[in-house]
Amino acid sequence: MTASHSVDSRQPLLQIRDLRKFFPITAGVFNKTVGHVRAVDDVSFDVFEGETLGLVGESGCGKTTTSRCILRAVDPTSGQILFRRKNDEIVDLAKLTRDELQPLRAEIQMIFQDPFGSLNPRMTLFDNVGEPLLVNGMTNRSERTDRVADLLKLVGLRPEFMHRFPHAFSGGQRQRIGIARALSTNPRLVVADEPVSALDVSVQAQVLNLLLELQSRLGLTFLFVAHDLSVVRHISDRVAVMYVGQLVELAPTKTLFSRPRHPYTSALMRAVPVPDPRIPVGEVTLKGEVPSPANPPSGCYFHPRCRFATDRCKVETPALREPSPGHFVRCHFADELDLTTAF
Amino acid sequence: MTAPLLSVRDLHVTFGLDEGSVRAVDGVSFDVLPGQVVGIVGESGCGKSVTMRSILQLVDEPGQIKKGEILYRMRAANGQGESVIDLTKLAKRGAQMRAIRGAEIALIPQEPMAAFSPVHTVGDQIIEAIQLHHRQWRPDGSGLSRAEAREIVVDLFRDVGISMPEQRVDAYSWQLSGGLRQRAMIAMALSCKPRLLIADEPTTAIDVTTQAQVLALLRELQRKYGTAIIFITHDLGVIAQMANSVVVMYLGRVAEQGPVDAIFHAPKHPYTRALLRSIPSIVGQTQVALPTIAGTLPHPFNRPSGCPYHPRCDERKGPECAARVPSLEPVDQGQSVSCFLHHDSSDTQ
Ligand SMILES: Nc1ncnc2c1ncn2[C@@H]1O[C@H](COP(=O)(O)OP(=O)(O)O)[C@@H](O)[C@H]1O
Ligand SMILES: Nc1ncnc2c1ncn2[C@@H]1O[C@H](COP(=O)(O)OP(=O)(O)O)[C@@H](O)[C@H]1O
Ligand code: SF4
Ligand code: SF4
Ligand SMILES: [Mg+2]
Ligand SMILES: [Mg+2]
Repeated sequence: MTASHSVDSRQPLLQIRDLRKFFPITAGVFNKTVGHVRAVDDVSFDVFEGETLGLVGESGCGKTTTSRCILRAVDPTSGQILFRRKNDEIVDLAKLTRDELQPLRAEIQMIFQDPFGSLNPRMTLFDNVGEPLLVNGMTNRSERTDRVADLLKLVGLRPEFMHRFPHAFSGGQRQRIGIARALSTNPRLVVADEPVSALDVSVQAQVLNLLLELQSRLGLTFLFVAHDLSVVRHISDRVAVMYVGQLVELAPTKTLFSRPRHPYTSALMRAVPVPDPRIPVGEVTLKGEVPSPANPPSGCYFHPRCRFATDRCKVETPALREPSPGHFVRCHFADELDLTTAF
Repeated sequence: MTAPLLSVRDLHVTFGLDEGSVRAVDGVSFDVLPGQVVGIVGESGCGKSVTMRSILQLVDEPGQIKKGEILYRMRAANGQGESVIDLTKLAKRGAQMRAIRGAEIALIPQEPMAAFSPVHTVGDQIIEAIQLHHRQWRPDGSGLSRAEAREIVVDLFRDVGISMPEQRVDAYSWQLSGGLRQRAMIAMALSCKPRLLIADEPTTAIDVTTQAQVLALLRELQRKYGTAIIFITHDLGVIAQMANSVVVMYLGRVAEQGPVDAIFHAPKHPYTRALLRSIPSIVGQTQVALPTIAGTLPHPFNRPSGCPYHPRCDERKGPECAARVPSLEPVDQGQSVSCFLHHDSSDTQ
């Protein structure tokens, strides 16, 4: 069973099937492999054209590695990453060679948490934002100047800023520069890894508004990775939840937040502090620590922390199922548990 | 009315840099009552950490306290009675300031990695602090052996929810996960039984699930030992859950201060109101534009005249906003505001 969307008529732009990324753990002088970090461990989902799919989970659960596999910044261990090109041709990004990937780079771009890390401090905004254009064959300088000016205007920056260096800008402005750079090649899929996590709330609101506006103007498709559930809920059409390298639940945003079916999802939601002092503080339902993906628990990876765990959960790994159309969950008892949240 | 444990009065801290001088803290006043949790919010760079470091006389060079008082109600050395001292008057490296750091007032700094030395085990560093402040555990002054201090650390680790405490005591900070390091940091801060705990964004780098555990722990400690806490965060949800009273800072000044319920349900300063509107709610409408605060935070060398918030204020009252600096005045039950919409008093600058 894969997380394709049986009720949605939109076409998938990206289909991830049984994706795995294991990092070897080496030891000794001969760098012998003594084990593996199962960073992404059997993940399948679709991203539909024009939607925002939110990807959440505690740190270390494999969100960034999943994103890096899609960008082919790392090579997946196994599985398929099917991408529908502009001409409707479907290619498997997991199988392509570096050379074969090159023409696809323009169609898939990334926005990072730390925009400064992705900008070259010694290059002006013109060079930083214009570089992907140059790489993609726009060699005419005046043509690039016009395009960079348009891009800066698009993200709410003044075109005159083109000749300044990144350090002259605040955190929020740098994130706008990172977005302009990502949009320079007219991508169809934008993978945003924690794009607002380092920003103050007032700046965060400005960047979220910009992303929503750009999506409706340009018809972009977003894979939006974040750990802040309020932010993910605000921006996403559907939300996927990861735990120790696995996808444990995926559903339309409203459904997921009002009726989660996986105990981990509901515990995660209960941990979010509500900005209203009149709402009493809930008890802590999720104790202990996330297991290491180098040594995941037997059976259901969540069983050591799950308050509904049974003997079956310790031995039998639940499969990803679709108990109601478009709602995917990896739990033996998804149909029986009552997990309604406060939201 | 309970006398405050800590009272910061008109604090000014300036950094003299080559490019000019930065007024990092520009007239901050607030009180902390015994056993209370005071939440401090404000955008990065508004002076939260510098204010906290001033309390402990730990402001980095070239920062200098230019003006103001930090009054602390201190226990007498023999445990009998209290006296009020001005911490700004104490020598930075003097015996009295060293006696206060850790034993009276403990800081959980914003960078937990920097708080522990990488060359000594976490346990050794806490044991050393406990032995230094042995009177906190043995008021008769009889001192503590290494083995006794180690026992205390193991108990503290258990209290803060560190599993396998006997082994973890011998770990180096870089061997601990972010969540464990945060807990070890809290154990360190509590090791000398402070009456005031200052937590500078203690949960910013950790997941919501770990955050929920750390917050529950701090609440329990506060109930159990009556420790007063100053809690700094940019997460308004955390403030709502933790604080009895809230201080909202903007550009080195207090915009508004009051009981937590008033700040969230009857905010009076235009900045507080705008800040509360700009957070995506876990129950609100989705995929719509969030209300934002116009413009950006001014550069520290380029402070606006008059009310520091006036270039961005969407409720600006009139020409006085650009001409005079509104002072922090009480306007309601325990609520004070620096804004001409609520009073007409200004500070001389
Ligand atoms: N290059 C790498 N080599 C070895 N382990 C890695 C590497 N990158 C990530 N990991 C491990 O993979 C797991 C998933 O990490 P990551 O994808 O960054 O999670 P997230 O983004 O959800 O925080 C973590 O245990 C991390 O330590
Ligand atoms: N070591 C320093 N050198 C120069 N300026 C500093 C230093 N530390 C802080 N500042 C200045 O003080 C202001 C307040 O900083 P800080 O208290 O750390 O802010 P916050 O904790 O609210 O994010 C900053 O805008 C910065 O300009
Ligand atoms: S399969 Fe069992 S342990 Fe896993 S989430 Fe469901 S009830 Fe909990
Ligand atoms: S004093 Fe004027 S500018 Fe400042 S917050 Fe009040 S109304 Fe706005
Ligand atoms: Mg990540
Ligand atoms: Mg700070």
